[in-house]
Amino acid sequence: MTQKEIDSVTGVETTGHVWDGDLKELNKPLPRWWVSVFYATVVWAIGYWAVYPAWPTLSGYTKGYFGYSQRGAVDKQVAAAKADQAKYFDQIAAMPLDEIEKNETLMPFVMAGGAAVFGDNCGPCHGKGAQGGIGYPNLNDDDWLWGGTPDAIHQTIMHGIRSGDAETRDMAMPRFGLDGILQPAQIADTAQYVLSLSGHATDPAAAERGKAIFADNCTPCHGDNGKGNQELGAPNLTDGIWLYGGKAPDIEKTIQTGRGGVMPFWAGRLDPVTIKMLTVYVHSLGGGK
Amino acid sequence: MTMIKPAAEIVPQTAAVEAAPGIERIDVTAVASKEARLAYAARQMIYPKLAHGTFRKAKWAVMAITLGIYYALPWIRWDRGPSLPNQAFLLDFANQRLFFGPIEIWAQELYYITGLLILSALGLFLVTSVAGRMWCGYTCPQTVWTDLMIVVERFWQGDRNARIRLDASRWSFEKIWKKAGTHISWLLVAVATGGAFVFYFRDAPTLAAELVNGEAPIVAYVFLGLFTGTTYLLGGIAREQVCIYMCPWPRIQGAMFDKDSLLISYRGYRGEPRGAHKKGQSWEDRGDCIDCKACVAVCPMGIDIRDGVQLECIQCALCIDACNEIMDRVERPRGLIAYDTFKNLDAASHHDRAPLRLIRPRTILYSSVMGLVAAIMLFAWLNRTLLEISVLHDRNPLYVQLTDGSLRNGFTVKILNKLHKTRTFTLTAQGLEDAHLSIVGFADTNPRIDVVTDNLRALKVLVTVPADEREDLHGAATPFRFVATDTHDGSRTYHDATFMGPNHE
Repeated sequence: MTQKEIDSVTGVETTGHVWDGDLKELNKPLPRWWVSVFYATVVWAIGYWAVYPAWPTLSGYTKGYFGYSQRGAVDKQVAAAKADQAKYFDQIAAMPLDEIEKNETLMPFVMAGGAAVFGDNCGPCHGKGAQGGIGYPNLNDDDWLWGGTPDAIHQTIMHGIRSGDAETRDMAMPRFGLDGILQPAQIADTAQYVLSLSGHATDPAAAERGKAIFADNCTPCHGDNGKGNQELGAPNLTDGIWLYGGKAPDIEKTIQTGRGGVMPFWAGRLDPVTIKMLTVYVHSLGGGK
Repeated sequence: MTMIKPAAEIVPQTAAVEAAPGIERIDVTAVASKEARLAYAARQMIYPKLAHGTFRKAKWAVMAITLGIYYALPWIRWDRGPSLPNQAFLLDFANQRLFFGPIEIWAQELYYITGLLILSALGLFLVTSVAGRMWCGYTCPQTVWTDLMIVVERFWQGDRNARIRLDASRWSFEKIWKKAGTHISWLLVAVATGGAFVFYFRDAPTLAAELVNGEAPIVAYVFLGLFTGTTYLLGGIAREQVCIYMCPWPRIQGAMFDKDSLLISYRGYRGEPRGAHKKGQSWEDRGDCIDCKACVAVCPMGIDIRDGVQLECIQCALCIDACNEIMDRVERPRGLIAYDTFKNLDAASHHDRAPLRLIRPRTILYSSVMGLVAAIMLFAWLNRTLLEISVLHDRNPLYVQLTDGSLRNGFTVKILNKLHKTRTFTLTAQGLEDAHLSIVGFADTNPRIDVVTDNLRALKVLVTVPADEREDLHGAATPFRFVATDTHDGSRTYHDATFMGPNHE
C-alpha cells in the first residue's frame, strides 16, 4: 500500500490520481449511510425474488414462494366483494319486484347496481340516461310500447323484442307500402289522419279521407281511437310522443316500410338477480306505471 | 459502529483552565462557530450540558403540557349520543367527519381548518416578530422530542462530560448496556409517539386493543411504524440536523425579525473584552464575559451565541440560564445573555437605551389580519347551517314529455342534516306552484322525509308541469327553488334549480 497523501488545503486524503502534473482528486467516498442503504436494497431484492414472481424461465416464470399474482389478488377481491353482496342478492332473489321497491335498505344497492348494469348493457342503444333516440324508446317518460309495470319491464328485459328468443315479444308493423297493401296517396292520407289524432294534421281533407283507411287497416292493433295496445306492442298514436319521428314524412315512411325494432333478450346473459335490479332501476326512471 | 465520531478537539483535556476563581473554562468549541462555518462538513456530535434556571424550568413545563396534550387527548371522551363516536377529538376519515368536543366538521367544511391554519401561520409570524423563534425554542415538536430524547440519554449515560467520555472510550460491557438502554428507551418513546398518533383517527380504546391483538387495520400499523421511525430518527439521532438542514423555517424567520424583535442576544457591549478573571482583579476596563463557555456547552444547536444571531439558533434560551448562573457566581449582574432587541443593543453600545416597541406597524399588521381572519371564521361559524340542500339536475334527458302532454324534469336532491337528531322535512318547488312533485320511493304526494341524525339523504325527485300550465314556463329554462322545511321547527333551506323544457315552436 502506498503512503496516503493528505491535501494541504482541505486536509482531505487524495485518491493518488494526478492530472496535468498537479491536479489531484480528493478522496470523497459515498456516505456510509448511502452505501448501507444500497446494500440493504440488494438484500431486499434477493428476498423479493424469492417471495414474488421475478425471473422468466424457458416455459414461464418463477412463481415466488407464495405464488402471488396480481390477477389472483383481483380474483380474491372480486370474490370478497361477491361474498359481501351475497346477502343482498339472496334477498333480491326471493322478493317480488314491487316489494323490492318498498324496501329502504335494499333500494340503494339495487339502484346503484341497476344503474351500473344499465350503463354497460342498455346504454349503447337507450343512452346513458335512458333518454333514447330515433328508434330507441325514451325510458324516462310514461309512454310504453309493451307496458311499464315492473312485471312487463321484467318480461321485456328477460326475453327481448323480436329477439329470436322463444318467449320474445314478437309483433311487427306490416309493410303497407312495400307489400302493396296501400297506395302512396292512401299512405299520405292515413299519415294526415294519424297526425290529427294528436292535433297536428296540416291537411284536414286528407285526414278525413285517411280516417276510413285507418279504420280498415290500423285499428286491429292501434285500436279504434288510435290509443294503441300494449299487448301487441302497438304504440299510442294520440300522445305526441314518436319513436320514429312525428312529422308527416316520418309517419308516411313508417306506414310504407313498417317498423320492428329489435331488443336483445338478456335471460342467460345477465343473472336473474341482476335483471331484477335492472327492472327496478328502469321502473324508477320515472316512466313507471 | 457510530457513524458520527466525536471531534477530537471537544474531548475534555486533563488540565482544566479556570475562567474565574472556582469556575472551570469548559473545553468546548462551537460546532458551528464563526471561525469554522464550512459549507460541507461531516457532522460533529453535540453534547448539550444540562442547564438550570428559569428558562429551563419553563421549557420543562412546556414539554409536560405539550406532550401531555399529545398523548392524552385521544383518550378523552365526549358523549354525542348513541350513533356517534364518543371520542373528544377524532379525525374520522371513514365517515369524513372531524370531531372536536362539541364541534363537528364535515369534509366539505374543511375550510374551517384552513382558517385555523392561516390563523396559526399568522400567529407564528406575530410571535416571531415580537420575540423571535419562540416556536422553535419552546414548542416545536422537533425541539420537544429532542429534549425528551436528551433526557433519556442523560438518564442512561450521564451529563455532557460522561457522554463524551463514553463515546470516546473503547467498546466495553458498560458502554454496550448504556448505549443499548438509551436506544431501547428512545424506541419506546418513539412507539408511544407513533401509537398516540394513530389514536387520533380511530376510537382509541378499541384501536389500542386491536393493535395489541394484531387486528388493527394495516394502515394503523403503517403509520405507527412511520411515526415510530421518524420520532427515533429525527428526535433521537438527527436532532439539530433537522433544524439546520431540513427545516425551511430558519430561512423564513429572517424576514420576520426586525430591529425591535426580542432576540436571544449576547450583550457584547457589556461582555467585551472577554477573558479569564483572576482573583481580586478589578472589573473595570474589561468585559463581564469570563469566557467560561458555559453558554456553548449547554447549546443543543452547537453554536456560540456570542457570535450573534445566527441561522442555527433556535432561541431556546438555555444559554441565558447557563450565563446567569455564572454571573451569580462571579457576582456580576445577570443578563449578559438575554432577550434584547437589535435596536437596544446598538443604542447600549453608545451608552444609550432604546425602549421596547411592542406596538409597531409589523405587529399591528399581523394582529389586525389575525383579527380579520378570526372575525371571518367566527362569522362563518355562527352562520353555519345545520341543514343543507343540494340539487343536481338530470343531464340525460333534460326533460321528458309525457303522454298527456305534461313536462317532467328529474332531479337528485340531497338533504344534509348536521343536527344530532333525526329531522323530518317536506319538499316544495317554489316558483312552480302548479307543478306536481313526486319522490321515487314515496307513495304519497307530499311526503315527510326523515333524515337521520348527522347524515345525508339523496332523493330522486320528479317535477311535473301539467300540459295546461306549460304556457306559464319561461321558454326552455324556468328558474325555481327547492325548499326543504323542517316539519318540527319550521326552519327552511333552499337551493335554486331550473326547470327545462323544449323551446317554444
